[in-house]
Amino acid sequence: MAGVAELLSESQIVIVAGPGGVGKTTVAAALGFTAADLTGKKVLVITVDPAKRLADALGLVGLTSKGSQVSASDLDNAAGHKVAGRLFVAMLDAKASWDELINRHAPDVATRQKILSNPIYKNISSRFVQSHDYIAMETLYELYRSNQYDLIIVDTPPSRHAIDFLDAPGKMADFFSSKLLRWLTIPARNRLLMGVFKPFYQVADKILGAQFLSDVAEFFLLFESMYPGFVERAKSVAEILENHSTSFVVVSSPESVPMKEAEYFISALDARHLSLGQMVVNRALPSYFRDPGAVLLANKVQDDYELFATEFMKKGASLEFIRTSELSPVRMGALAERVFLEVADSFLNFSSVASEEAYEISKLPVDEDQITLVPHLNFDVSNLKSLGKVAGYLAMGSESPTM
Amino acid sequence: MPRDRSSNSLGLLDRSLVFITGKGGVGKTSVTAALGLLAAKAGKRTLICEVDAKGDIARHLDCEPSGFVPTEIRENLFLMSMNTEEALREYLRIYLKVPVVTKLGPLAKTFDFIANAAPGVQEILVVGKLCYEVREARYDLILVDATSTGHIVSQLASPKGISELVRLGMVKDQVAWMEDILYDPSQTSVIIVATPAETPVNEALELADRIDNETHVHLGALIVNKVMPELFSRSEEEFFILLQESKAINVLNKVIPGGIGLLLRGSNAALEMRRCADPYVERLMAGAGTVPTALLPLMFGEGSRMKLVRDLGEAIAAEWDDFLWQG
Repeated sequence: MAGVAELLSESQIVIVAGPGGVGKTTVAAALGFTAADLTGKKVLVITVDPAKRLADALGLVGLTSKGSQVSASDLDNAAGHKVAGRLFVAMLDAKASWDELINRHAPDVATRQKILSNPIYKNISSRFVQSHDYIAMETLYELYRSNQYDLIIVDTPPSRHAIDFLDAPGKMADFFSSKLLRWLTIPARNRLLMGVFKPFYQVADKILGAQFLSDVAEFFLLFESMYPGFVERAKSVAEILENHSTSFVVVSSPESVPMKEAEYFISALDARHLSLGQMVVNRALPSYFRDPGAVLLANKVQDDYELFATEFMKKGASLEFIRTSELSPVRMGALAERVFLEVADSFLNFSSVASEEAYEISKLPVDEDQITLVPHLNFDVSNLKSLGKVAGYLAMGSESPTM
Repeated sequence: MPRDRSSNSLGLLDRSLVFITGKGGVGKTSVTAALGLLAAKAGKRTLICEVDAKGDIARHLDCEPSGFVPTEIRENLFLMSMNTEEALREYLRIYLKVPVVTKLGPLAKTFDFIANAAPGVQEILVVGKLCYEVREARYDLILVDATSTGHIVSQLASPKGISELVRLGMVKDQVAWMEDILYDPSQTSVIIVATPAETPVNEALELADRIDNETHVHLGALIVNKVMPELFSRSEEEFFILLQESKAINVLNKVIPGGIGLLLRGSNAALEMRRCADPYVERLMAGAGTVPTALLPLMFGEGSRMKLVRDLGEAIAAEWDDFLWQG
């Protein structure tokens, strides 16, 4: 079996990470398709913000955070055969997941209500970007523990750096157990200590206003009752990353900027002793653009296009479209020249891009069998059938794609 | 929804503060770099600020990455990368005078709280620093290689968010002059960059709506970047298609031996990519209404990244002859 197939059959959790704008969500959904098809598992894909067409493709209206099943018959149709496994898709709802977390950890109804209506909490749960990374992992943990699925594939939220996702639980734990929070809640807890921290409060008051500070203090005082549970939880969430049944799939397009970020992510995985399952290079140009013979020929045509055009007009004079053309032979010849030149130019243009891509791919610090190429698609992933095609490329492994 | 923003006769780069945003991977950094080169060449003292601070802009301009303090990388062109901790430090230094700050001890610890616990503060520090530079008027133009579509609205709307959260204090007062700069169409504008594919175009149009609805910032332009150039004219394409009939192929193989098939396949692939992208170009143009648009070609070619950026600049200048600046 090729790399991806093996990965999907051996893992319980697959985390799809990578820079923004490389087709991560599509790859995650296609991995789900492949997994359901090849492994017969009950598969869940958690996505963050699927493009509308992708959601449509999966036949999912009103995607929920609980997971809804992609119609089995649609899946069979798209695959062209009976698909052994089942595919579910869920969408991350950061706000709802935070609220759920509060519901679970709040010691009593009054605390819960106060937290839910605190302005700082509202802001953190809905806008705080880093919190999306954490809540995605939290959701993953919850679903993993529910034992409802054989395999969970997570499409990580777009963040400034792909690496943020890995650090989210640790940061969250640090954050809720940090000294600063103790500082902040001091005025409410112990007036005596105030003297020591007075300069801090004076500045903070002056800049932010007392009312804001008291909102913050209230928020953290309320949260304090949940610290132990929360920190413990963040630790457990972090642990599932280290499970031997958890694998990472890193997705990138082959341009140098995203590849650099992907490379960085791979070394970060390594530094944390986390395992990279596969590197998926999405939207790679087909390998024939690097065919040495074709490149040589393209150069020849580029140099001597006039000669080749004249020759073609001579030898092809009896071709029907030339014979019956309304254009004069001279103009027809000129047309042939332009087309030959354009074909050669265009080939060489793409060829240089393809070489750069190949160079970028060769620089990756991974084994060749850990790299899967998905070609530039000449179609949109707008239905299950097209998603199935992407899944096909993933299942094919590192064999060179064609177009 | 129809937009009517073209009435403003001011050139796009005649403003003081221009944000360039778009989904990750669409090339907003190259567009920012290209605009920076154009503006500097036109004699504008230009500051490029990289908000994500990944150092990509330096790579595009073949120079060393810059820190929070701007460095002049060529005549009239300055580069800085945003650092919210430094911005806070600067803010405290300017408004609270040094002694108070030193008493606070290691600022990093305080910052840890400010940045993480108080939402919107990161954003307001970014926007605050930029507005501060506009007010100080050390540059004619500040180009911001902004965060991607997901976060830009929270940045642009951060003064509003802050004034909802912070009802008193110095910050509250300062938000007012920031808003005056940010929401003045003759000073501040946003350019959204997309590529001709589904998600980038959707996000660009959604963002355009959100900028209209959730902020009062002027939307200056929409750019479709990396547009596959038209390979053939109509008559050339006809010829190219006829060339692939079996009899013509036979002749072609005789005239150009050695595997012309792959070359033709390459051209077909290019045509296909272009066909695939066309509907998205159209959708963006239609959705843009009266907001000016530009199509920038996919750049090929070896050589330095700098050359590509310069070529991109020329493409922008060609598209927007009279639109970049007046006179």
